[in-house]
Amino acid sequence: MEIFLQQLINGLTLGSVYAVVALGYTMVYGIIQLINFAHGEVVMIGAMVAFSVIGWLAANTALPPLVIVLIGTLAAIPACVGVGYALEIFAYRRLRHAPRLAPLITAIGASIVLQQVAMMIWSRNPLGFPQIIPNTVYHLEGATITLVQIAIIVTSVLLMVGLTLVVYRTRLGVAMRATSQNAHIAGLMGVNVNQIIAATFMIGAALAAVAGVMVGSYYGIAHYTMGSLLGLKAFCAAVLGGIGNLAGAMLGGMLLGIVEALGAGYIGDFTNNVFGSNYQDVFAFLVLIGVLVFRPSGLLGERIGERA
Amino acid sequence: MTFTDKLKTNPTALWSGVVLIACALIALPFALAMAGTTWVRVTNLAILFTLLALGLNIVVGFAGLLDLGYIAFYGVGAYVYALLASPQFNLHLPFWVILPIGALAACVFGVLLGAPTLKLRGDYLAIVTLGFGEIVRIFFNNLSQPVNITNGPQGISRIDPFTIGSFSFSQNEVLLGLNFSGPIKYYYLLLLVLIAVIVINLRLEDSRIGRAWQAIREDEVAAQAMGINTTRIKLLAFAMGASFGGVAGGMFAAMQGFISPESFVLVESVMVLSMVVLGGMGNIWGVIVGALLLSFVPELLRHTVDPLQRSLFGRLIVEPEVVRMLLFGLALMLMMLFRPAGLWPSKVRQRELADE
Amino acid sequence: MNESRILAIGSALVVVLSGCGKNEPAPAPKADAAQELIVKIGHAAPLTGGIAHLGKDNENGARLAIEEANARNIVIDGKKVKFELLAEDDEEKPDRGPIIAQKFIDAKVAGVVGHLNSGVSIPASTVYAQAGIPMVTGSSTNPKLTEQGLKNVFRTVGRDDQQGPAIASYLATEYKPKLVAVIDDATAYGEGLGNEVEKTLTAAGIKVLPREKGSKDTRDWKAVLTKIKGKKPDAVFYGGMDATAGPLLKQGRELGIKVVFAFGDGACTNTMKDLAGDAAEGFVCSQAGIPVQAASSKFLADYKAKFNAEPIQYSPFTYDSTHVLIAAMQKANSADPAKYLPELAKISHNGASGKIEFDEKGDRKNAEMTIFMMKNGKIEPLAIIKGGASVKYEDFIKSAAATPAAPAVTAPEKK
Repeated sequence: MEIFLQQLINGLTLGSVYAVVALGYTMVYGIIQLINFAHGEVVMIGAMVAFSVIGWLAANTALPPLVIVLIGTLAAIPACVGVGYALEIFAYRRLRHAPRLAPLITAIGASIVLQQVAMMIWSRNPLGFPQIIPNTVYHLEGATITLVQIAIIVTSVLLMVGLTLVVYRTRLGVAMRATSQNAHIAGLMGVNVNQIIAATFMIGAALAAVAGVMVGSYYGIAHYTMGSLLGLKAFCAAVLGGIGNLAGAMLGGMLLGIVEALGAGYIGDFTNNVFGSNYQDVFAFLVLIGVLVFRPSGLLGERIGERA
Repeated sequence: MTFTDKLKTNPTALWSGVVLIACALIALPFALAMAGTTWVRVTNLAILFTLLALGLNIVVGFAGLLDLGYIAFYGVGAYVYALLASPQFNLHLPFWVILPIGALAACVFGVLLGAPTLKLRGDYLAIVTLGFGEIVRIFFNNLSQPVNITNGPQGISRIDPFTIGSFSFSQNEVLLGLNFSGPIKYYYLLLLVLIAVIVINLRLEDSRIGRAWQAIREDEVAAQAMGINTTRIKLLAFAMGASFGGVAGGMFAAMQGFISPESFVLVESVMVLSMVVLGGMGNIWGVIVGALLLSFVPELLRHTVDPLQRSLFGRLIVEPEVVRMLLFGLALMLMMLFRPAGLWPSKVRQRELADE
Repeated sequence: MNESRILAIGSALVVVLSGCGKNEPAPAPKADAAQELIVKIGHAAPLTGGIAHLGKDNENGARLAIEEANARNIVIDGKKVKFELLAEDDEEKPDRGPIIAQKFIDAKVAGVVGHLNSGVSIPASTVYAQAGIPMVTGSSTNPKLTEQGLKNVFRTVGRDDQQGPAIASYLATEYKPKLVAVIDDATAYGEGLGNEVEKTLTAAGIKVLPREKGSKDTRDWKAVLTKIKGKKPDAVFYGGMDATAGPLLKQGRELGIKVVFAFGDGACTNTMKDLAGDAAEGFVCSQAGIPVQAASSKFLADYKAKFNAEPIQYSPFTYDSTHVLIAAMQKANSADPAKYLPELAKISHNGASGKIEFDEKGDRKNAEMTIFMMKNGKIEPLAIIKGGASVKYEDFIKSAAATPAAPAVTAPEKK
């Protein structure tokens, strides 16, 4: 039982990370129907910037660890927001009405460029993320949960709640929802569509920055390629939950994390070791495909009829 | 105008042009060999990728189905060849038997991919095809236990080259006073296959199936209303596109003599998709140009970036690999910003994008 | 596309082709009027990607050897020899191997030092074999490389079927586990090493759990580790590189797995300290050769002086590989691969990593394996295993000091 509980805790933590990144994907998609494939790299940039700042502060100042991490995160946010904004202006703005493939290819090109730039700045070696907060381990019915894990889950929930509040209780949120329903009419109603879209990208990027710090702290490692796999999985999570739907992103993220953890833990036992934990990713993709076959718009996606 | 129409209007100019191109293509490997057999190998790989791009063009360009996992079919073709012509199972079937089997296997996989995705819209289709590509690769990487089928990450080596009787495609031979190295022999075979594939594509484009694909791409609901069986046509697109990938994969396995799951990763799928989109989605000639460009330019960069930097700056500031990837990424972005229809778009695309 | 365009394209192609022959003429080692012979030696390793730092280290070793050889004004076949190193990046990718091999062959190299990864060396070796170019690797440990029966392939490091048993028997004797968990990263190297370890452990009567696998990019090992924790092993072995081993170790300790963790040479680096933090204390690992610290002091001093850095892992072996090629050329008094290959096969050379001789497969005879443990943030050698016998490291150093530290290269012979 304790093993199951442990896997559940692992899955929840992993899922929280996926959820935060998935929120960024889903927000952008909700507004302009664009898959921002470069989002994973934005997460990576957040992790790298935080790595540099935290490392420098830890080595050169005597500030308390919590403050250092906070400053690191606060430093990562503007960096990511800048990147997100630049992406929107330079890469995506002109392609809002182009056929679907064009922004996809641009996003792929952007992610390649971001990776190479990160490699040039931070070198190609795996970097050890500074572990300055004492990582106390708590025991729970035989399973362990660390301080970092608790922090990640709590932060994710807070972010999700905060985002939902922004989208449903503020004027900015109203404008965002209006733009996502019909940008043209929203513009007629006085919404500055360009600004709203840029704001969406920036909020998504800020989320990515926090996610980057979370991933870096959790695994203790930062590398210029860390964004691609994470971005892919988070994108799957967003699609699983129904892309364009905030609650869907959270649900999809959590679900994917738990499925992966339980899958890796138990596939071997169920299939008598014919399929082991090495098929973990297959399992996750199969679940995704399975869900999409029965609910083509994702778990919480709206059933939109075919637009002619 | 189609190729056959052009033949009728000004045959002389057309045919002399064709003859010149043919002579150039025949002499090409020997010219390249003077610069080093490496370049012949690079050309062979470029032709393989052109085959892949043409196959993907059917799915993405003709039928408008976004496929991010195309490289899986390449892998299927390569592994089928490797399993039937190497020490892995100690089978050594001749290549003219294996290549059709490989194409068929890829077709089957194409249908397997197509079947669950029929109801999916563009972006969802993209992620499912991506997942499919990854699933296939993971299976390649892990099917070494409990029964060793693909030999896992170690890959399959000592794959038989193509042989017809005692004529092997991997040995050097001297014929007519010219040195035919292994890669040169493969080049001619690849050229023939490429021409065949181009012809098939051209005929497909103008056939009923081709028009059905175009109809589905433009407006699926209207196509259905017109009586097109969209299920069948979509599956056909996947299957046919996949079969080209399968053939290319088989040839790749024979040429390299060694394959491993590393060659069939997501990045390669993205590369092929980029070739199609950059070249001009839907336009066969555009796709060929895109594929050749994206195959040769990185290699040229690899050779020139290092000496260029040394002569300009006195030392190596940025490694060739980094420069190559940077330029590739920038090229993708800039192309989409300024020519989203591709370098050589089909007329339809141009109209589409001009109207916006 | 209209007819005149086709004509234009055709003419353009013909023009380009005629000019094509002029670029990049294949250079050849020809003697020039001043009786100088230029001999090119190729070196290939990943210079980009996750282990680029190891690739560069290898290249440095080869470069140091080339410089030393040039400084000695060697004469072959009556001509003064100048050695040149052609360094290439194989990006750790198996299909780059044959392409780089072809590039070296076109450039008419006399021999190749490399590659680094077994997964790249194996496909490249067949290309070199077809052209008859000798290949000596200083870091590819997969046994398959020399089991192919190719006459031109040699290695100056040990093999995974020596390394695996070495670390496995060390684990068995020192820690006496009853149940061991083996994990690998599903690469040719990791899986191969994991298999060897499992074989040795099973032969010693130790139970091994069903294999768990990750990938070469796995960062989240919690699910796999939790599963293993439930089965309560007495030791954990992981075959993979430090980029994934670090997180594995860290998360293992976080989950409360207190048993010893053992790794192969891919994770036997000081980088593990950065990646796993305090969790890195006390892990054991093996390397398929003598430790860097035990390399000849001359090599260590020269490397530090030239590159202003410490050698990381396999540079002594690439250094020796290069010198072995040169020594064979001297013995045969020719830089022609066909002539010096037989000499290479029977060479006996005292290098920075000890005495080098090859057996009939091309493997190094009596290759030593070293067992390390991480103490206070640095890996420290514990024992050397040679020919199945284990020697404590301090004793090994003492006995090595007793035989005089051999000069780095054999004196040139005149035929």
